[in-house]
Amino acid sequence: MISLAGRDILHSWGKFVLTGLGLGLLIGVTLTMAGVYRGMVDDAKVLLDNSGADLWVVQQGTLGPYAEPSSLYDDVYRAIRGMPGVNRAANITYLTMQVQQGERDVRAMVVGVVPGGPGEPGQPGYLIAGRQITRGHYEAVADIATGFKLGERIQIRRNHYAVVGLTRRMVSSGGDPMVFIPLKDAQEAQFLKDNDAIAQQRRRTAANPAFNRPGTPGLLDAVLASQSVNPYINAVLVQVKPGFIPEEVAEPIRRWKRLQVYTRVQMEEILIGKLIATAAKQIGMFLVILAIVSAAIVAFIIYTLTLGKIREIAVLKLIGTRNRTIAGMIMQQALGLGLIGFVVGKIAATFWAPIFPKYVLLEPRDALLGFAGVILICALASVLAIRAALKVDPAEAIGG
Amino acid sequence: MKFPSINRRMLALLAVVVPLLALLIYVALRSGPLAPIPVTVTTAESRSIAPALFGIGTIEARFTYRIGPTVAGRIKRVEVQVGDKVQARQLLGEMDPVDLDDRIAAQDAALRRAEAVVLVAEAQVREALARKRYAENQASRYEQLLEARSVSEETVEGKRQEFQVTEASFAAAHANLEGARQELARIRADRGGLIQQRANLQLIAPVRGLVAARNADPGTTVVAGQSVVEVIDPASLWIHVRFDQLRVSGLRAGLPVQIVLRSQEGKRLAGRVLRVEPMADAVTEETLAKVVFDALPKRLPSVGELAEVTVMMSALPETPVAPNASVQRVAGRLGVWLIEDDKLRFAPVKVGATDLDGLVQILDGLKAGERIVVYSQRALSPRRRVKIVERLEGVSP
Repeated sequence: MISLAGRDILHSWGKFVLTGLGLGLLIGVTLTMAGVYRGMVDDAKVLLDNSGADLWVVQQGTLGPYAEPSSLYDDVYRAIRGMPGVNRAANITYLTMQVQQGERDVRAMVVGVVPGGPGEPGQPGYLIAGRQITRGHYEAVADIATGFKLGERIQIRRNHYAVVGLTRRMVSSGGDPMVFIPLKDAQEAQFLKDNDAIAQQRRRTAANPAFNRPGTPGLLDAVLASQSVNPYINAVLVQVKPGFIPEEVAEPIRRWKRLQVYTRVQMEEILIGKLIATAAKQIGMFLVILAIVSAAIVAFIIYTLTLGKIREIAVLKLIGTRNRTIAGMIMQQALGLGLIGFVVGKIAATFWAPIFPKYVLLEPRDALLGFAGVILICALASVLAIRAALKVDPAEAIGG
Repeated sequence: MKFPSINRRMLALLAVVVPLLALLIYVALRSGPLAPIPVTVTTAESRSIAPALFGIGTIEARFTYRIGPTVAGRIKRVEVQVGDKVQARQLLGEMDPVDLDDRIAAQDAALRRAEAVVLVAEAQVREALARKRYAENQASRYEQLLEARSVSEETVEGKRQEFQVTEASFAAAHANLEGARQELARIRADRGGLIQQRANLQLIAPVRGLVAARNADPGTTVVAGQSVVEVIDPASLWIHVRFDQLRVSGLRAGLPVQIVLRSQEGKRLAGRVLRVEPMADAVTEETLAKVVFDALPKRLPSVGELAEVTVMMSALPETPVAPNASVQRVAGRLGVWLIEDDKLRFAPVKVGATDLDGLVQILDGLKAGERIVVYSQRALSPRRRVKIVERLEGVSP
């Protein structure tokens, strides 16, 4: 039994392979777009994973700390640590800003963590080089995407930091790489004014007769000192004790400490449902259109490929080939094309995904779905082509 | 037969399809969930670590002398400028005495007058004494004459009375002299007080030192206790250091420290902990300590300059140690990833002290010689395959 499809493919194998390649690149783009979407969602999830927290305690009435600004006094954590079910509580600050390194600057999310030893909430979970922060000041652990190297000195606001460790996949929900620095420095970076502003404020206060009374020496100094304090943080990360359900730990804090508390599920809902919703929908919309367009192109290619062979099919019919054999040939060719297309697409997507500036997550589930989609579309398209082929008049083989 | 041609085409097709399939298999195994995670490993060793403590402080003068008037007044002159070196007892400035000098002049005049009064009183005493002696002699002479019956009783009685009168006037003159002397002493004391007050208007350096601030200029009115000039003792500079309370256990006086001044980065100065303050900062959660230089830098650092202080603690006994990058928290438990027969196993550990180079004491759960994961390309889980590499991708040597 000779495979008609095989013979036909072999007959014009160059055309077949090139068409498959073109199709493959198109499928590759579609898979990549799905990867961009997944990457976006994953960025949001990884942000939550990396914080190592079960609960996020933020300012009352805010969606902080990622989706909205939130500001708490930095001694709030002491009260939270005493609540039932709380295993560990740590202050944290987040600030997206430009970090200077020599001549260039990098957009990064500066995270202020309590340098309290390994495994404390907020610290990077794993490193790819160097070590975690051990000094209470002027050390930094950076995501490798920042391009910083071990031992380099970076500048955040007024202070210089030595890069002591490198990590990976520590990004903000917007995909900016993170730079971890000790909390006290981060508080300073976040709330401290620049030197000029401080000097001007001092001058203004000194010129105010209410604060600079001749009869009360020391008042001016006290007022100036009170102007330059920064006891604020953005959130308290809480790890709950084993055996406690996060929600039952969260409720007393909400009720008695009058602070907003989010659990992991709620935080995911805020990040994915609110913060990146529009951007994700935008990409999702584009993905849907791209998928439809790709399906249409695949269908048309197979259809025109069959129409191109219409004369040969007429000859086959003339010599009395059964309809089933002809349909089988077209179907097999279409599926073969789809297979090559998918393989090329998957390989292409895997190879170009790491070049993207933001994270592209190619999930095996997406690949399987894509494969099923491609095969389905190829089958459907071949049905159209089969119909056209079966309708052809055998006389065309001699007419033409 | 067309086998050769078919074979050729078949080969060409295979030449395209087979590498494609091979690539797909490679891609599927090297990325995604099936791919092994590149990790670097190290062998836990047993050694002693010397934890160090890192803190920041500001340079302060141990003694600051704020010199100002004890009563409100106007500044007449300030003799020194900031940066001047002054000696003990040196005059730094003076307050305006207003009418104090005039009052001293008046007291001078009163003093001279009182001295004259004393002289007069003394003369009066001498006069009364002379009168008293003459009357005494007369009285005793007439007593003898009365015994010889040469004079009458009445005459003698007159002489006796004269003597008693001169005696009384002598006592009066004496008392007058005493009064004049007391008056003189009072005026002297008054004048002394005024001179003291006058001297108190002078602003005097209590010790040898350096003028650190000049807070008011001549003509300014200042209240009692407000400082006009601040003098510090430059030899007494120390550093007020703040340490995070998380790691201060073991901090005590006498430990050697390394000091890096913000103005002289890269230059390490030696010093030691002078004392750990009994009062910690409750607001910032920091323990406070004072650190002194072993030898003051030749160019004195400015007061208020930022300094980084690293305290060297004494070495701890030998225990297994691991890099802090290898200690991770998985499902709420602290531990390390062990490599056993190329398989991953999470071993919960108890950690002890950490040194500044990132080595952590493992008190329980790890033995020296066991192989542990230090760095990994991704978060690890027990069922993931790992590939041991020298260095992770993207990390320069």
